[in-house]
Amino acid sequence: MDPTALLLSRLQFAFTISFHIIFPAFTIGLAAWLTVLEAMHQYSGRPVYRTLFEFWLKIFGVAFGMGVVSGVVMAFQFGTNWSVLSKMSGPIQGPLLSYETFTAFMLEAGFFGILIFGRPRVPAWFYLFSTAMVALGTTLSAFWIMVNNSWMQVPTGYVLQNGQFVPDDWAQIIFNRVVWVRFPHMLLASYLTGAFCVAATGAWYLLRRTYRAEAHVMLRMGLALAAVLLPVQLFIGHLVGDYVHDYQPAKFAAIEARWHDEQPASEVLIAIPDSTTESNRYALSIPVLGSIIGSMSLTSKEVGLTSFAPQDRPPVAIPFFAFRIMVGCGFVMLGLAWLGTWLGLKHRLERSRLLLWGIFLSFPLPWIAILTGWYTAEVGRQPWTVYGVLRTADAVTPSLTAAAATASLILFVAVYAFIFSFGTYYIYRLLRAGPAGLGGKPLHVPVPNRPMSLADQVPASHSYLEAGE
Amino acid sequence: MVMFWVALLAISILIYLLLDGFDLGVGMLFGLADGEARREEMLRTIAPVWDGNETWLVVAGVIMWGAFPVVYAMLMPAFYIPVVVMLLGLILRGVAFEFRGKASRSRRIWDVSFTVGSFAASFMQGVMVGALVEGLQFSNGEYVGGTFGWLTGFSVLCGIGLCFGYALLGACWLVRKCEGPIRDATRRQIPLLAVAVLAFLVVVFTHALVEQLPILRRWIERPYLFVFPLIGAGAAAMLATSILRHDDYWPFHMVALIFASAFGTLALSFWPYMIPFVVTIEEAAAPHASLAFMFWGAGLFVFPLMLLYVAVGYRVFRGKTAAAADHY
Repeated sequence: MDPTALLLSRLQFAFTISFHIIFPAFTIGLAAWLTVLEAMHQYSGRPVYRTLFEFWLKIFGVAFGMGVVSGVVMAFQFGTNWSVLSKMSGPIQGPLLSYETFTAFMLEAGFFGILIFGRPRVPAWFYLFSTAMVALGTTLSAFWIMVNNSWMQVPTGYVLQNGQFVPDDWAQIIFNRVVWVRFPHMLLASYLTGAFCVAATGAWYLLRRTYRAEAHVMLRMGLALAAVLLPVQLFIGHLVGDYVHDYQPAKFAAIEARWHDEQPASEVLIAIPDSTTESNRYALSIPVLGSIIGSMSLTSKEVGLTSFAPQDRPPVAIPFFAFRIMVGCGFVMLGLAWLGTWLGLKHRLERSRLLLWGIFLSFPLPWIAILTGWYTAEVGRQPWTVYGVLRTADAVTPSLTAAAATASLILFVAVYAFIFSFGTYYIYRLLRAGPAGLGGKPLHVPVPNRPMSLADQVPASHSYLEAGE
Repeated sequence: MVMFWVALLAISILIYLLLDGFDLGVGMLFGLADGEARREEMLRTIAPVWDGNETWLVVAGVIMWGAFPVVYAMLMPAFYIPVVVMLLGLILRGVAFEFRGKASRSRRIWDVSFTVGSFAASFMQGVMVGALVEGLQFSNGEYVGGTFGWLTGFSVLCGIGLCFGYALLGACWLVRKCEGPIRDATRRQIPLLAVAVLAFLVVVFTHALVEQLPILRRWIERPYLFVFPLIGAGAAAMLATSILRHDDYWPFHMVALIFASAFGTLALSFWPYMIPFVVTIEEAAAPHASLAFMFWGAGLFVFPLMLLYVAVGYRVFRGKTAAAADHY
């Protein structure tokens, strides 16, 4: 094993997965929102829903495309860079990822084509069905990934045979408590990402005094959803903390920057953890609160990092700060969503320019929260790949050279930076142009199975594209 | 159970070869086409289906990981560079579909990345097949052949050959889906591509004879395998006549049959090995608990459903692609 190749492989995995998660986090929520819009349009017939659908579908298309291509990388990177992990956990992670591909990817891919190109060719009910299937596919994909990652966090339902993790209880692997708090946590995070992006776009249009009707629908729906989901998310987030406390005490201690056992334990709100002196500098802490958060008790003893051998401790600074950034983002979003919804109900939102600016500028918060949440989970799991059983240093491909890993990392960074800058630029341009050229006009009469009957749609989509340029 | 997953893996790889084969092929021919109208028309023939086509690569990959983890863990490190280049190629061509329509001045960038990405992915796939046939160095279940162990004259030849093969498949797809000048221009490319593919097959065969590749010996040991090349030859003859008759429908199916027979020849001559002469299917198989879990859900119920989605997708977008824009 080459230590440089190990470090580069870790960087490459962190980079490619961080890049990838940006897009599913957005499209899982957006697909659900598109389904709601299409259903509301078919039910109520109000053109504003159709306008919004067509508008967000364009953005969904770009984001989904980038999610798909960056996701294909993940399926192969386990093998190329982590061959020991692949071989050992293949009997468990392989079938789980197979289920993801079989149940989710094919569903998404099959119906995505119909979503983008198929409206003139299929009946209205089938189009709505296709939208719902894409949304279902994105959700199933998130589910299987969370099962997979949760098994790496808290391996269960297996026996170790001939150097492989052999499954002996699939129900335990899929239906354990860890999966069923982490999956809702991720799903809600995705819905919140969608909700905040939609609301932020609405706020932006109101600030620019344009697309007023669409902006109101976006703001109202986005903020209301966020206002309801955020308290639920904070509660589920607390449950996620509970599993960490019970199953991954070293990670929990790192998140809390708790160096020594304490009884009752204090809660470090903010500090600069210093691993050389095994203490915190400039710490601001509240007595007893640590025991309350960790064990719902006023007297419990909470474990500190020094109770673990140095080679079994995770890095402290990254989980500590990442966790605090995530929670901070959550509370800022909660404040914005509640205030915005309340002012919206009183019809004062449009005049509250400052709050509109706040909502507009808050669109990166859900992504920051998702990324920092994942950094807490993954960095906190170190030094293990499969917690407590397989060390990251032992999981890397033995034959991988530093030169090959450097080359691949540079290539990934270059290509991803290239497509990311263009992708975000195109999405920005679509958002800036807004739903122009679509408003109110009947776009087409759906004629199933008549591929040639598209002529009447062409001017609309062309003028739309030109507006986007 | 093991046989079921070998069969499903083989079927998935074959479906991938045929489906992504034509759309990678169209990607390479795209670079030869001039004029925005022609390029758009070419793109429209594959835009609604490319995502599903590419997903079959992931299907094959995860079946290999889940059902044959040993092979997955040996081959992926051996093909580190080819896999990374292939993935980057697929990324560049994949985003081009969506980006191209949104771009104004930068459209040219995505035209280039579409063609170059398609070429890189096709070439590397051929190289990997070639290297697998020729043999890689393993020791104790680990790859020991070095970063460039896959790079040989033979594997490069296979890379070029697969590019021609995919381009031929793509050309036949365009003839099937298009009308007017683009169909006529593409039809003129088919004889050239078909001759190139034929020449490639002859060269590979001769090379194998000269080098006494172990795989060839297995063909001679099992004469019944020659039924596949015979089917291929028959399909090639049908291809020639259908092209001469200016038929739009049959060329694609005949080339697909040639691909299927070539794949069948290769797959059966590997038997019972997964990595020739290193790991057999039985040695590579995951524990029964894994295979059974995959079988009773994904294999038995979801796999037929996936075929259904594909069928629905192709049925919705069947027939000649309309000249007017659907989307872009």
